[in-house]
Amino acid sequence: MGVTLRTNTKKIVIEPVTRVEGHGKVTIVLDERKRVVQARLHIVEFRGFERFIQGRPFWEVPVLVQRLCGICPVSHHLAAAKAMDRIIGGEKLTPTAEKIRRLMHYGQIFQSHALHFFHLCSPDLLFGFDADVAVRNIVGVAAKYPELAVQGVMMRKYGQEIIKATAGKKIHGTGAVPGGVNKNLSIEERDSFLKDLDQMVRWARGALKIAKDYTVSKLEELAPFGSFESNHMSIVRPDGAMDLYDGRLRAIDAQGQKIFDRVDCQDYVDYIAEEVRPWSYMKFPFIRSLGPEVGWYRVGPLARVNTADFIDTAEAEAERKEFMAVTAGKPNNLTMAYHWARQIELLHAIEKIGSLLHDSDLQGSDLVVKGERRAEAVGIIEAPRGTLIHHYKVNSQDQVVMANLIVSTTHNNEPMNRAVEKVARDHLSGVEITEGLLNRVEVAIRAYDPCLSCATHALGQMSLTVELLDHQGRVLDVKSAR
Amino acid sequence: MAKPKVATTSLAGCFGCHMSVLDIDDRILKLVELIDFDKSPIDDIKQLTVRCLVGLIEGGCCNEENVHVLQEFRNHCDILIALGDCATMGGIPALRNTIPLKECLDEAYRNGPTVYNPSGKIPNDPDIPLLLNKVYPVQEVVKIDYYLPGCPPSADTIWTALTALLSNRKIDLPYELIRYD
Repeated sequence: MGVTLRTNTKKIVIEPVTRVEGHGKVTIVLDERKRVVQARLHIVEFRGFERFIQGRPFWEVPVLVQRLCGICPVSHHLAAAKAMDRIIGGEKLTPTAEKIRRLMHYGQIFQSHALHFFHLCSPDLLFGFDADVAVRNIVGVAAKYPELAVQGVMMRKYGQEIIKATAGKKIHGTGAVPGGVNKNLSIEERDSFLKDLDQMVRWARGALKIAKDYTVSKLEELAPFGSFESNHMSIVRPDGAMDLYDGRLRAIDAQGQKIFDRVDCQDYVDYIAEEVRPWSYMKFPFIRSLGPEVGWYRVGPLARVNTADFIDTAEAEAERKEFMAVTAGKPNNLTMAYHWARQIELLHAIEKIGSLLHDSDLQGSDLVVKGERRAEAVGIIEAPRGTLIHHYKVNSQDQVVMANLIVSTTHNNEPMNRAVEKVARDHLSGVEITEGLLNRVEVAIRAYDPCLSCATHALGQMSLTVELLDHQGRVLDVKSAR
Repeated sequence: MAKPKVATTSLAGCFGCHMSVLDIDDRILKLVELIDFDKSPIDDIKQLTVRCLVGLIEGGCCNEENVHVLQEFRNHCDILIALGDCATMGGIPALRNTIPLKECLDEAYRNGPTVYNPSGKIPNDPDIPLLLNKVYPVQEVVKIDYYLPGCPPSADTIWTALTALLSNRKIDLPYELIRYD
């Protein structure tokens, strides 16, 4: 058990962080007067993808690297494919290929946001932060709100079926190849999705309403919860619209001033760096021009709704305006507003799916292009959890010789640490460790929807025990989750 | 009569096998009538509390923590199932087995084009677990009762195996459910 004594300090360890899809561990260090002096989210595993894919053939990479993460494999699959498009000079895809990939991607966004909301977060929102551990899961939701649980399950299934139809498998598919895709969408497949489309739109509206009503009705309570001002980053379409598949990099500060804008993804290395800290296997990205102290930023649904000038689907755009009105048009910096923003994207994704399904290009047969070979390329995509960067160099023998991967959750490393520290400072008092406190720490982390598995290119699991020690090492209190 | 308990864990995997469990879709509502989930990443239960009938293990062992969790599962579960290719044979993470660990760490924390690491130190805090020299499949660490192949095993494979075990039948997987991709 990871309890370390420090002079005149107490250390609380929470592990593992469950329902966050992947694993982390939290330590909280107290001083003699029981004030929080430090709170950290440790990412405990390491894989080594950047090194061991060196030597592998480049065409294998889109299928191989998605094994970083089985929660959003499509994102890795597509980011790698986009990089390899450029390697073979085939980045200008045929309309069919680009639209099939977009359909795959929006299917992924839809299933991932539904999974996060219904399976992982709804227990917090529906039962409160102090609810009994026995009901704080999807099974508990199913017992009390059977209709909602079924909706969550069926929405996820819809997204997964779209992935299967475009990628060949629900998890770790093979649909995207360098320069295009390996299949189109048949009329039968299209019709099977059109049949349930209206239902999915209705349910997405319902999920968004739950998240919105929850946030607005509890705004005073949620506003300080794990919150802080930060920079935000995402890709946006050249005209400033939200675009989750392709675009240029934009970063804004907490007031909405642009730090950089319309940066070509190929140049990301000039704008972003990652600090290594000894206590976590996950690095800490920052904007180079601002430095590691103040250059950190948030990514994901909250950042994307903040950075976009508008959303190009009608219902989601109306919802975005309502969202931005809460902060008078300035960026929203509330940690718990992630849930609301995520459900706006859920609705956006199903609107996009709807318009794509009505596009006959999906039945086209021109699937792959290629052009002049390159030695180096970057592929960037907005994964469900935020900006995902893949960067490769390939030699003349078709072997990968360099790989650099900055995954969504890594960008949110510093923000998640800040959120944990804020919650610990606000809610930890005395020597009593409550279930509610522990879950509050996890609620704050969970808002970021961290996919810790791919963030360290890893994951693992430990058992939760919390020990509270006085400064001489005597145990004052021990709590386990059950 | 109390329902049998099923516990799950993900070691050095990608969570894809757990996602495939969720891909049984609405059958999960039927499943929870048959069993109770004990410790699992999809709930908030963090320690194995009682004897479990079945333990599902995703991923192999790449650090000391994985080994401890795996042993804990072996001690608490009547039947231990290696779920997916990483548990069964190390999978993609085991690609690092042919490369010295130090080279993998150097690439991630010293050499990458976006690395900022003035001290040159590789993460080594006592709060993060030590890495093993190699990635080990689970049967090299504890006895395993069943193997479900696939990356990930399909939802139908998992469903067929679990429901057979729960009703004390022989697991009879048709050919198309036994695959390694």
